[in-house]
Amino acid sequence: MSEAAALDAVISDAELALHLFVRNPTLFGGIVLRGDGPVRDEMVAFAKDAISQFGPVAKIPSNVDAERLLGGLDLTATLASGQGVMRTGLLDSAAGGVVIVPMAERVQSNVAAHIAQAMDGVDVAAILLDDSQEPDEAPPAVLTERMALQCDTSVLRSFSQHAGAAKPIALANVQPLDDEQLYAIAATSAALGIGSVRALIFANSVARAHAALNGREQAIDDDIAAAVRLVLSPRATQIPQMEPPPSEPEDDQPQDNEPEDNNEDRQIEDIDLEDIMLDAAAAAIPKHILDQIDGAAKRGGKGQGGKSGQKQKSAQRGRPLGSRPGVPGNGKRLSLIDSLRTAAPWQNIRRQLARADDTRIIHIRKSDLRVRHYEQRTESLTIFAVDASGSSALSRLAEAKGAVEMMLAQAYVKRSQVALIAFRQSAAEILLPPTRSLTRARRALAALPGGGGTPLAAGLMAAQQLAEAAQRAGQTPTIAILTDGKGNVAMDGTANRAAAMEDAHQAARNFAALGLNCIVIDISPRPREEAAELAAALNGRYLPLPQAQSAAMVSAIESLNA
Amino acid sequence: MGSFPFSAIVGQNEMKQALLIAAVDARIGGVMIFGDRGTGKSTAARALAATLPLISVVEGCRFNSAPEAIADSPDYVPGAKIRTVKAKVPFVDLPLGSTEDRVLGTLDLERALAHGEKQFEPGLLAKAHRGFLYIDEINLLEDHVVDLLLDVAASGENLVERDGLSIRHPARFVLVGSGNPEEGELRPQLLDRFGLSVEVRTPEDIADRVEIMKRCDANEQDGAGFAAVWADEDGKVLKRIAKAKAALPKVETPESILEDMATLCKAVGADGLRGELTLMRGSRALAALDGKKVVTRKHLKEIAPLALRHRLRRNVLDETGSTTRIERALEELFG
Repeated sequence: MSEAAALDAVISDAELALHLFVRNPTLFGGIVLRGDGPVRDEMVAFAKDAISQFGPVAKIPSNVDAERLLGGLDLTATLASGQGVMRTGLLDSAAGGVVIVPMAERVQSNVAAHIAQAMDGVDVAAILLDDSQEPDEAPPAVLTERMALQCDTSVLRSFSQHAGAAKPIALANVQPLDDEQLYAIAATSAALGIGSVRALIFANSVARAHAALNGREQAIDDDIAAAVRLVLSPRATQIPQMEPPPSEPEDDQPQDNEPEDNNEDRQIEDIDLEDIMLDAAAAAIPKHILDQIDGAAKRGGKGQGGKSGQKQKSAQRGRPLGSRPGVPGNGKRLSLIDSLRTAAPWQNIRRQLARADDTRIIHIRKSDLRVRHYEQRTESLTIFAVDASGSSALSRLAEAKGAVEMMLAQAYVKRSQVALIAFRQSAAEILLPPTRSLTRARRALAALPGGGGTPLAAGLMAAQQLAEAAQRAGQTPTIAILTDGKGNVAMDGTANRAAAMEDAHQAARNFAALGLNCIVIDISPRPREEAAELAAALNGRYLPLPQAQSAAMVSAIESLNA
Repeated sequence: MGSFPFSAIVGQNEMKQALLIAAVDARIGGVMIFGDRGTGKSTAARALAATLPLISVVEGCRFNSAPEAIADSPDYVPGAKIRTVKAKVPFVDLPLGSTEDRVLGTLDLERALAHGEKQFEPGLLAKAHRGFLYIDEINLLEDHVVDLLLDVAASGENLVERDGLSIRHPARFVLVGSGNPEEGELRPQLLDRFGLSVEVRTPEDIADRVEIMKRCDANEQDGAGFAAVWADEDGKVLKRIAKAKAALPKVETPESILEDMATLCKAVGADGLRGELTLMRGSRALAALDGKKVVTRKHLKEIAPLALRHRLRRNVLDETGSTTRIERALEELFG
């Protein structure tokens, strides 16, 4: 019988996903292996082994450039031989096989775009090794979108290879799914808030492949469930609304015969399979996705928001991006290699044209000069830390929102970003991760809550963390703190005014050590010294703005950077 | 991923409509598609390109020259005999992170090094000539590349003055951009250059989702068979485009409709002349596609959201979507 009968019972979903993947990589587009560890190494080695029996396997180094990916002139070999030597790009050399992408959560957006294009074009599948730790880290969505399978390997203690030799799976041996099964997939994906049509197509293929793996010619509910767990659950952007289970909870085996208390039994059947699938899907949503959904819900946005924010960040590193023609100076630095590269092909021609007494070894002209070019000029990020406690009236929050939106409206012309932190009750919360998108901002701001105590220290800490992250990403953060300066919730969450103020000043001094542009906007109706003291501790500017008008705030913040 | 028959795409009527209009009148100036990933944006554009009839190109010409326009090609040697071959309408997918070199073309390094010859190696723009240039996530593309593209798209000509080369070649293509506004706004100057814009949404209807799975599965299992099933429908689309193209110059636009267009643009505050121009060209193409000889208000109403929604000034305090604003204005003005 089948090589993998009863396999499901033994192995985990992560293992199952890999066993499916190695049997037909290009059908599934790719697999994300999340979580670093020895088990994952074992899995990668297994996949390499299995796939290399019928297709190429190439590893994409994390520092790869477009030239190496796409191929082109091999400059070293060309200069050595004096003849044009072409080199095949990594992606072309992996056609029909697999590329392995280590540290996938850090892949640059342009590299990801080229890989995605290869996945669409020359039939390359990808194995993404995702080492994400932070909730906002994730491999580029442009890649994960094109891959059927995602699994978390960190939960595994061992990897079972016993599924035997990886014989390719032919879907043609399995009947297409019937309407009820297709309906179950479609409805489950809709309930999980999955928009992409690719997910549907992948789920369909995985269900049939799972049937084939188990030696079936017709997919059964188990196969659909596997597809739902492997493909749909990791893409969930919302947690399905579970209705209370109908009378009998012990629905272990799928009911084939319908009770006759209703004559629309076809309808009932649909709902049943869908419900079973929804249960399966909900149970299989990975923890990091749950956290993301949770966080997104708190921010009042969709699950996808978190991912896109991450993506943007990686697009905005102050990372060198090739070079452009230009003359060094004015802060532009010469890119020696690229200048030589530009000059190289002309050497024969120029030597022929040169005067006889010109004995220069290398003929370089001004037009050859290349200067380094960074992906984005240093971007600015304005972080609003807004006191949303009861002591700051709601109307001030509205003005803060107005200021954020005004800054954003200008930001998309100037390519700068805005983030918003609110602190209230016992903690600070990032309501709007750094973004340039007015659309996202508006949604996050619409749900800005108010009331409760003033955890000033927590707010400062959150702003500092965000600012540090921005600095690491090559951005220049500016921080605007809107508060009356009267903290009354300490770092440990207790309502103790003295401890709270001490914590706040400690946090402020830490913050000041970063040496960032910072402004404290005092929004209390009658400004007193607390906020001014805070500004002094932060080594920042103090601006009493009892009316807290949006426009005045914006111009004050802008003057900081002038 | 092979191509998918254009008429087999489930739903997404607005997007299909916009692409058809661009195919009928390339001067419309490109289509911008807003929407989430995996909603069939590139599939639709690719499918349309594959559906269109083969074009005649000069054999060996790296600039996709039409036989009658060969004199514009830098590859043309006066007096040389040319042979004409049939080729598919080009569809070029421009990846994020493309360099200027790859887009515009550059010195052919291999020839220069090996033979000491100065020759131009055409870029993606030359490849896309007479076809489609598709840019996914155009909002993440680098500004200077976007500027170059828009310049070429507007002028229909790529002028290269770099690396000691001086080359000019025609580059006329339908620019199709896609992007998700959640991942970063597009500059208004860039948006304005697009003729039409559409918003695609993921199909909410479960029956549609099921149908999509069925069709994709059928296509994957037996691409040729699936294409044969849809060949008739695709043939109809083709015929409609061809007819509309032929009829386009004769389509009349009554004075009253032109006035309506101006009134509408003023009412919604669409700056600049481009809005009115696109309204006019778009409703003409639409009338031609409908087999009508005269543009009516129906065409205007249908095209208005596509032609104007990306040109409205953003009002920070007004959260109403552009589409709603246009629909409201249409309702108020024309009932």
